[in-house]
Amino acid sequence: MLYALSTCGWCKKTKEYLRELGVAYRYVFVDTLSEPDKSEAVAAITAWNPDCSFPTIVIDNNRCIVGFNAEELKKIAGK
Amino acid sequence: MPTVTAELVDAQYRALKDAAEHAGYHLNPDESFVKDIVRGMIENEQRYGYQSCPCRLSAANKDADRDIVCPCDYRDADITAYGACYCALYVSQKVVDGTQTVSAIPERRPPLSRRTSAAPVKKNPLTSLSVPVWRCTVCGYLCGREQPPDVCPICKVKKDRFERFM
Repeated sequence: MLYALSTCGWCKKTKEYLRELGVAYRYVFVDTLSEPDKSEAVAAITAWNPDCSFPTIVIDNNRCIVGFNAEELKKIAGK
Repeated sequence: MPTVTAELVDAQYRALKDAAEHAGYHLNPDESFVKDIVRGMIENEQRYGYQSCPCRLSAANKDADRDIVCPCDYRDADITAYGACYCALYVSQKVVDGTQTVSAIPERRPPLSRRTSAAPVKKNPLTSLSVPVWRCTVCGYLCGREQPPDVCPICKVKKDRFERFM
């Protein structure tokens, strides 16, 4: 799951890069959610990333990538 | 939500660029990247009533978000350390010159659990000041006067971004 903000430049770069890599992903724009969904998303992010910064990617509820990190994204794409 | 037109983004982009250059700051030379961020700032202004950082989640409360109203309190330290602010909206001279590259950087803002409101002013027993000293939390400008200025003469943020320094 890609937790993103609709207004964030790095989130947009991350989405574009995942598309380029051909990685299937789900995403949510946390800033556009209403309560209680927003608080639930914040709690889910904070469990992985205490800064609750964006983008935060949680992969298979097993590992997490914080920020736009092309090298890490390539690894999860197996490239 | 009102729509943000390309014309509005262009106008804000030019105004922001002029103000930055005038104050000795630099916008990221990647114009389309910057315009996306400017669009986000305008959207946040429409949603929250102030230009909350587009790369951070707003609390929809100006008091809670004061440190992340653009330009944020962390911009200058991040430009010094990484060559760019958190959004990569503002960059260093080296980035403009092409001798430093921009990448995503760690979050400098403390997490919510460690975020405090204004730090208490420590009284310095060695000084007896005739007027208080105010510090701009964005750029560090200091001035001695009864009240902080309405607008920081250096970085142009408003009075509410000043803290009592001495």
